[in-house]
Amino acid sequence: MTGSAGVQSVSRDILSVEGLSLSFGGLAALSLVDLSVREGSITGIIGPNGAGKTSLLNCISGFYRPQAGRVSFDGADVTRVAPDRRAGLGIGRTFQNVALFEGMTVLDNVKLGAHARLGSGIVSTMLFTPGARREELALREQVEHEVFEFLEIEHLRHRTVGSLSYGLQKRVDLARALAMRPRILLLDEPVAGMNEEETEDMARFILDVQEERNVTVVLIEHDMGVVMDLCERIAVLSFGERIALGTPEEIQRDPEVIRAYLGEEAA
Amino acid sequence: MLIGNYQETYASDEALFRAPATRAWMGVAAVAAILFPFVAGDYLLYLANLMLVLALGALGLNILIGFTGQISLGHAAFMGVGAYGTAVLASRFGLPFWISIPAGGALATGAGMVVGAPSLRIKGLYLAIATLSAQVIFEWVFTNWTSVTGGIRGLNVAPASIAGFRLDTDERMYFLILSVTVVHFLLASNLRRSRWGRAFVAVRDRDVAAEIVGVNLFRTKILAFMVSSYYAGIAGGLWVYFTKVVTPENFQLSLSIQFLAIVIVGGLGSIKGTVYGTIFMTLVPEMLKAGTGVARAFWPDAQSYLFPLRDVVFGLLIVVFLIFEPHGLAEIWNRIKRFFSLWPFKK
Amino acid sequence: MSEGLVHLLQLLVSGIVTGGIYALVAMGFVVVYKATRVINFATGEFMMLGAFFAWTAMSAVQAPFVVALLAAVAASALLGMATERLVLRPLLGQRPISVIMVTIGLAAIFKGLAQIVWSGDYRSFPAIFPRSPIELGPILIPSRQFYPFLIALGAIVFVGLGFRFTRTGVAMRATADDQMAAFGMGIDIRRVFSLSWSLAAMTAAVAGIVVGIIGGISPQLGAIGLRTFPVVILGGLDSIGGALVGGVIIGVLENLAGGYIDPMLEGTSVKEVVPFVVLVVTLMVRPYGLFGTREVERL
Repeated sequence: MTGSAGVQSVSRDILSVEGLSLSFGGLAALSLVDLSVREGSITGIIGPNGAGKTSLLNCISGFYRPQAGRVSFDGADVTRVAPDRRAGLGIGRTFQNVALFEGMTVLDNVKLGAHARLGSGIVSTMLFTPGARREELALREQVEHEVFEFLEIEHLRHRTVGSLSYGLQKRVDLARALAMRPRILLLDEPVAGMNEEETEDMARFILDVQEERNVTVVLIEHDMGVVMDLCERIAVLSFGERIALGTPEEIQRDPEVIRAYLGEEAA
Repeated sequence: MLIGNYQETYASDEALFRAPATRAWMGVAAVAAILFPFVAGDYLLYLANLMLVLALGALGLNILIGFTGQISLGHAAFMGVGAYGTAVLASRFGLPFWISIPAGGALATGAGMVVGAPSLRIKGLYLAIATLSAQVIFEWVFTNWTSVTGGIRGLNVAPASIAGFRLDTDERMYFLILSVTVVHFLLASNLRRSRWGRAFVAVRDRDVAAEIVGVNLFRTKILAFMVSSYYAGIAGGLWVYFTKVVTPENFQLSLSIQFLAIVIVGGLGSIKGTVYGTIFMTLVPEMLKAGTGVARAFWPDAQSYLFPLRDVVFGLLIVVFLIFEPHGLAEIWNRIKRFFSLWPFKK
Repeated sequence: MSEGLVHLLQLLVSGIVTGGIYALVAMGFVVVYKATRVINFATGEFMMLGAFFAWTAMSAVQAPFVVALLAAVAASALLGMATERLVLRPLLGQRPISVIMVTIGLAAIFKGLAQIVWSGDYRSFPAIFPRSPIELGPILIPSRQFYPFLIALGAIVFVGLGFRFTRTGVAMRATADDQMAAFGMGIDIRRVFSLSWSLAAMTAAVAGIVVGIIGGISPQLGAIGLRTFPVVILGGLDSIGGALVGGVIIGVLENLAGGYIDPMLEGTSVKEVVPFVVLVVTLMVRPYGLFGTREVERL
């Protein structure tokens, strides 16, 4: 466990990406991207639109197969592992467009997050055998305590997700990811479209998740305030390449970064 | 719509029927169902049996299309596989119904696994066309594999019997069909609120996100196909003992389309909707038949228009529902309930 | 030539003739799919109505064949436009199952109405063409098949040229390729949709007339519409060239199967089922067919 200041146990990289290259047709989305993420840390990924940030997350999640490079998680090479198996290994994810399941309630959406962890077969769920019943109730308890109370959304349990505001939907997206009991959380623009209050709440949740549950966090964000406050290290992508990597202070002063965001004149 | 529904434990919140009012209605329905054959005439009883079997089959299709979002145009073929499987086991090997029907269901499940296999590589419209091909191919097999299926003449089956007690009247079959159907509806309700039910709906709503969150798409889709064809197979097996004969004409593309219509008119993804849809789509042709029978007094030719009229009305219902109420009868019923739950305080 | 070779050639030629007709039907199907992404299950019924329109023109008004054909095509064009406007447009953007079902519902309505108006009896076109079969060396093509094949061929060429060289054709191709871009260039998308359905109905009408000449006209004529699926899957759902190639291949395979496999089985024919086996194999091996475009998924 990592303490807040001073004493650190042997910390290792829980996630590492080496030489990742991804292209669609002729268009290169990622070029030889390297990134290593220390366990228990919060790492930010920033960059102008179209830089390849979401593509990078998609490669880590397994949705995209890179043409070259490696993705390693927890010491194992997962480059060829299917997305659902990666979720089973503990790679959690939220989505830029929220991607909740509109046909289900909030409770069911969140419960679905734990799908990979559950074991009941289809026959036992249909028969609702005592084993299936126990598992379902245990899931309900777990989800209530670990996720609903934590994110303060108990009152939304039975609402359909379509009726929620955007900010609350994003919170449910996070809830779904947490239901998995992930080792690492990949957050794609977690505070996009939120007002100040919602942003502060979300930032607080992210910090709590990292501190209390030792979950590693990798987040893409455009809100620089959030990024600079939360992240220990930041990687900057531009046109598919990693152009900078460092602490918030270093990134803010890096001329390459400034040029990428503001164009030639500003640098 | 449940108003004033206050649960005190997670366990009770997870239960199937959460409100006392719902439980009460279920009780009433159960009593009515049990008394039904003793008050209904022969014709109504026949209709009831027919509707129960159709509802069971349609529920299977709803699980595949409504829950999981996979289009299937070949549901009748699975019912046929179950029916023929049951019929062959019964007539050729003399197996009793409580073996032959489940065996027919198992056979249909296997067929579902085969037909669903392409979902590994194809989805959406392409998968739909694959199921259409399965329907055509199975129809051909039913008609042409004469040594097993009896070809066009089909197979005859003795009435179901258990320990010498023969289920040879519609009344007796009613109780068998009713119990099997009700049980399977309960199973479907369990499925809906369980781990796999959630997975099915997730695959329907956003399969890409579902996969990233941990749902194995192929396994989920195959399971949906298997459950769906299992339901069709059991319905087919019951059908066999109900009508005592099985011919290829019973399981054609038109039946697949009828199932689709039931599921859409009733409400995709709604278990109750399946019931409404079945009743509606069975009663409407019956009313047409009665109507043309009456019209015959004024218009001798009326009866010859029955079949084409049925086609037109059938098509019109589908088109009208899809344009004006895509969520089907279930949604209409929900709206009526919502209206009355607030009446007369509706704003 | 040896008898075996003659037999083979005869089957091939028959297959090409049949295939040409399949190709015509498939073309209408592809036109609609390309422009609107809709799978039209009522293709067969549009064919059937087109045939009935032509027959009515000939028998009720004594119109000569060419006039009847043109009248049927015009009537079908209107029918296609009305269908798009009244039934398909309200469903724009809905999920695929709804759109499929609405065309199925439409098929049922058309079939029923046809039976009410024209009754279920078989009709046939009066003898329009010379009776004698066409001889290609030792190969015989019945006139009942040959002239309809020519009509189908003519229609295919006509439509194909129209697509390539008219402004409307270009607009339709542009919309099929990229709706947004076409819209941005000022193309009226709704008009393109409407035209696509008209065109599909028109080609279906010609195909229906052709089939009606060969096999007679009845409300059941639409059943042949199912045969379109193996053709368009093999050729590629959005490829007109594919529809042509697919049509010919399916026609030939069907005939070959009928000629060589059927005699080995007693009493059954595999002709009807072979196209669908081909369809399944295509889906497993190469789902987008010979010429279809791959669809890429984005998160």
